[in-house]
Formats: sequence, C-alpha cells, structure tokens
Amino acid sequence: MMDVIGKEISKDRRAFIKNVLGGTIAGSLLLVIPAGAMDLGNIPEQITGMRDDTGTFISKKRKFGFIVDITRCIGCGSCCVADKNEYQVPDGMYRTWVERYVIDDEDNVYVDSPNGGLDGYQEPRKDIPHPVRDTFFVPKLCNMCEHPSCVQVCPVGATFQTEDGFVLIDAKRCVACGYCVQACPYSARFINPKTKTADKCTWCYHRVRKGLLPACVNVCPVQARKFGDLNDKESEVYKILHQPHVVSILKPGMGNKPSLHYVGLRREVV
Amino acid sequence: MSPEHGVAAATALTNFVFPNDIHVHWSLMIVLYPYITGIVAGAFIVSSLYHVFHIESLKPVSRYALVFALAFVAFATAPLLNHLGHPERAMSMMFTPSATSAMAGFGYIYSAYTVVLILEILFIYRPTLVALKKTSTGFMRTLYTILTLGSDNVSEKSLALDHKIIAFLAAIGIPMACTLHGYVGFIFGGVKANPMWATPLMPVIFLLSASVSGIAGIIFSYVLIKTFTGKFIDMDCVRTLIKFLWGCFILDFVFEMLELFSHAYMATHHWEALRDLYFGPLYGTFWIAQVGVFSVIPFVVLGILSLVRLPDGVVKFFGSLMSLMILVQVLLMRWNVVIGGQLMSKSERGHTIFRPEWFEKEGIFVSIIIMLLPIVFLFILSKVFPFWLEDDPAAKEQSA
Repeated sequence: MMDVIGKEISKDRRAFIKNVLGGTIAGSLLLVIPAGAMDLGNIPEQITGMRDDTGTFISKKRKFGFIVDITRCIGCGSCCVADKNEYQVPDGMYRTWVERYVIDDEDNVYVDSPNGGLDGYQEPRKDIPHPVRDTFFVPKLCNMCEHPSCVQVCPVGATFQTEDGFVLIDAKRCVACGYCVQACPYSARFINPKTKTADKCTWCYHRVRKGLLPACVNVCPVQARKFGDLNDKESEVYKILHQPHVVSILKPGMGNKPSLHYVGLRREVV
Repeated sequence: MSPEHGVAAATALTNFVFPNDIHVHWSLMIVLYPYITGIVAGAFIVSSLYHVFHIESLKPVSRYALVFALAFVAFATAPLLNHLGHPERAMSMMFTPSATSAMAGFGYIYSAYTVVLILEILFIYRPTLVALKKTSTGFMRTLYTILTLGSDNVSEKSLALDHKIIAFLAAIGIPMACTLHGYVGFIFGGVKANPMWATPLMPVIFLLSASVSGIAGIIFSYVLIKTFTGKFIDMDCVRTLIKFLWGCFILDFVFEMLELFSHAYMATHHWEALRDLYFGPLYGTFWIAQVGVFSVIPFVVLGILSLVRLPDGVVKFFGSLMSLMILVQVLLMRWNVVIGGQLMSKSERGHTIFRPEWFEKEGIFVSIIIMLLPIVFLFILSKVFPFWLEDDPAAKEQSA
C-alpha cells in the first residue's frame, strides 16, 4: 500500500518538476529567440512554389508524389525516429517503418522489421543458414492511393482525400470501427490507443502546406526518400518518374494506384 | 523453379508480419456481431416458413421465432458499440454516412429490418394483446394499450386486414432477413486486402450459416423451455425443424468446404499464405473443432434423424444436442473467419497470434454478458408476448 502511495507521490513530484522545467525553458527561449524568428517567411522553402512572399500558402492544382529509392536506403532508422518524434506515435504502432530483406544463395527470402526499424539495423542477421547473396532495406509508409480502400470503406467519411491527393483522417469524426485498418492493403493504418481513432502517415501534410518536406524526407541522410509536386516539371520526383528508371509500386494488383513509388523495387517485396 | 525450391522458399517465407498487423484489431466483439445477426436472420426465416410458405407443422414456433429474433436483434449492435473507439459518434453512420462504405449501409438495413420485425410481431400478436389488455391492470394494461396501438378492434374484417398486412410484412421480411445477413458477409467479402475474406462466396456462406444458427437456436431453446416448464413438445414441429436444419446445413457445410477448395484449386499467390493459416494457427479451431467435431457429427446425426423414424425421446435429445453443436459450429465459423482472417499478415509472409483475455473491454467475460443479454430480454418478452398458442387467451377464445 505504502509503495503505491509512494509511487503516486513521486509521479506527482516528477510531473511537477517537469512542468516547472518545461515552463522555465520555454520562458527562456522566448527571451533568447528574437521576435519574428518563428516567422515562416524566414524558413527557406523546401518545396518550391508553395507560398507567396508573405508566407501564405498558394492554392493551385498540385499532385504530390513520394518516391522511395531502395537502392539508397541504409536502414539507419532516422526516418522512423523523426516520424515518432513528429507525431508522438505510441509504441508498437508505426506510421512508417523500414523492412530488411535478406536473400540467400538458395533464393530463400528473409524479412524482418524489429520495432519497425526504429532502432536502425546495427547488427546483421545471424540466423541465415546459407551464404547471403543480396540484402536491402524497404521503407514503408502510407501509399496515398488514388483509389484508396480506406476512404471507400470509412462509414462516416472521417477518412477523406484532399484535392492535392493526400488521404487524411479527421480525428474529430472517426468512430474507430477499424474498417479502414482492415481495408488498407499495405497495413499502413492502426488504431491509436491515445486518441482512440484511426491513425496513419500523412506525408506530413501540415509541413507540406508550409512548403516544408515531410519530416522523414527531411532527415534521410542518403536521400532515399524524395517528395515533391509531380505537376512541377522541375521537381526531382517528376524527373525520376519521367526518366528511364526502374520504378514500381506496391501490390499493383489491388488497383489502388498508389502515389508512393519505389525506385529499384524488387519482386520479393510485398 | 523446381518443386523442392518452391517448398524451401515457402518455408522461409513464413516469418514476417507487417508491424501494424501484429495487433488484431477486430476482436471477440466482431465475432459476436455476425453471430447474433445470423441467429436473428435464421429465426425470422423459421417464422416465415409458416407465415409465408404455410408449412403448417411449424405453427407452434412461428410466433416464438419472431420474438426470439426480436430478443437478439435488440442486441445485435451491442458488440459493435462496445468495439468502437468512439461509440458516442456511432450515429454519424446513420446521419452523415459515406455512400461508398459497405459498413454504413448496414445501419439502414438493420434499422429497416428491425422496424419490419417489430411491426410483424405487433400485428400477429394484436388479438392476443387486446385480450390480455382486457384482463390486466396497472402498468401492464398501459403497456398493452401502447402495443395494440390503441386499437381494440378484433372484428373479423379487421383481422382479415391484419392478415394481409402480416403476409406482406413476412414477404418483404424474407428478402430483408436474407439481405441483412448476406450483407454482413459482404462487409467481410468486400475487403479486397484480405485474401481470406475477399470471396464472392462470403455473403452466401454467411447467409447459409445464419439460417442454420437461427433454426438450431429455435430447436434448442424450444425443447429446453418446454422441457423446463413441463409443457407439451410438438414433435411434428421438432421433426420438421430438424429436416430444415439438416437441409440448410448440407448447403452451408458444402459451400464452406467449396470455398476453401476453390482457394486450394486456383492456388493463386495467396494460397501459400492461406494454406499456412488453415494448417497452422487455425488447425485446431477450423479442422478439428469446426469441421471435424461440430460439422461432421451434426451432419451425420441430423441426416439420420431426418431420414429414419426414431422414437420421440431420441429425436428430442439428439435433435437439441445437435442444434447446440450447430450453434457452436457457427460460432467457431465466425471466429475462424473474423479472427483467422486477421491472423494472416497482409505481408502474406507470416501470421500473428490472438488470445482473448477474460477481463478486458472486449474480453471473454463481456462477450458472455453480451450473449446473455438477449436471453434475459427474451425472458422479459415472454411476460408480454405469450410464446405458445396454448397460453394465448385470444387463441383460446377462438377455439372456444
């Protein structure tokens, strides 16, 4: 009994210290950071043509595309860390994850993604009985389908498609029936235990609207993740999709027409 | 690719589950939901066999089957509401539905069916309710006044009109009951991302299993209630019900097996994963329990009961025992479809595990409570709507 009370007191104490410290740091930052530093106009635009001189979002027809280059990914897990930080994703749920593929001399395929690749792949797999002939990493995230199953099945219209091709969830409408979780062919969705609503990768819609790249794209040290407007012929994503690269999508047989493309996708990847 | 090569590859493939597939999102509640709606649809069909198709031997249970259906339909959405993360928003499905959602359609079909069922009960019971109103006082009198919709007119002309309305309601009720449960099958069958669910046979299997669970529920509860209350059991009625149960179960079982056989025969790229599922985590609940014990035994015994003239006692005992087994079979089928389908990761490279807890929001204890609620409600309904004609004052008046 005393233990429980003790725990409660120490929990309160910790929360108190945290609040005081948080308040102090936030207060000091307000003094240190000059006014106007948070002004969006001063943060360089990462996606061109997203805002005007005043920093206001320019509304025009766009078609966003996301490209993952699996020939570049090194499985460091930075993208997963950035994503978890950006959204406070609960443990055991993944808005994005990185899979490790290992193919041995006997053509056996071994796939794993411990903790969704959040900790990076620092050790090679030791349980492969034959010599390894190939290995690569495959980052996964929402496919932002042109014909999204999740939007089709959502009974209350909480999952919807924006004009620029994003598939998003209105957490204020979601009833958490889980039908979208079942319907997504890519298992990109989960029910967030904190909000009790469906959740998934948004390609950082809130950042994109401000001309910033998705958090995972921003941190990737090897540019394995690329993002941009496919209507902009100068964008890297446009160029990749319109040049002779080996580009593919996941589960094309589903008919969902993903806007997420993979460079160097291998037939072993599901 | 040599066969040996294929086998080696398949063995190595069974190892990866997508990180978001480790957790099974649709739990026991979603097992109970099609189970309850199935019982409702099946019970209604029993009643319609008398009211629409005039199978006279089913008259003793024709009214009981309707009240039985009402008791279960009242709680069909209980597991759904308990499952929702935001049950307070549930009515959005009715008020602001998404037109493309299979699930949104269910709310309308369920509501419309419930209205038809209630109306049919009120019209069928109207002379009974009028008679009961005359002999009751206080609360019950007020209740009967409400249930008779204020009309005490039981003249021949009025009853003839009632009959027409009943026939009409029963007639539209049959396609509605079929739609109700066929549609539940479609909710699963329309999920293209899940190769176990995504088959056009799913509505058919759901509908057939609904019919057998409803008929079995009626046989089992009829014999049980009559035995415990020491009342006369109409064996002609029980024998007819057993025949219908056997007939429907032949179709149900054959289609369940054909569905699996089609998957195996077509052997698309999904089959490896499905085979690993059926012979892996589902081996016990599917092959041994659902097929081996709870399908084969009732299949054979019901056949014998239908084809061989056996003493009443034997028919009564084995008929109700087999009905209970069928009720378990259908519950197992719901489990194997709903939970089984989620055990297989969409990576098609492995499966996860699911063990329900006793005491959690969607656990075993809550499931038992939810399954008991319709039975309690049925008991309460029995105090308002006499199940059997021999307890019916209006029927007594008529016969006198």
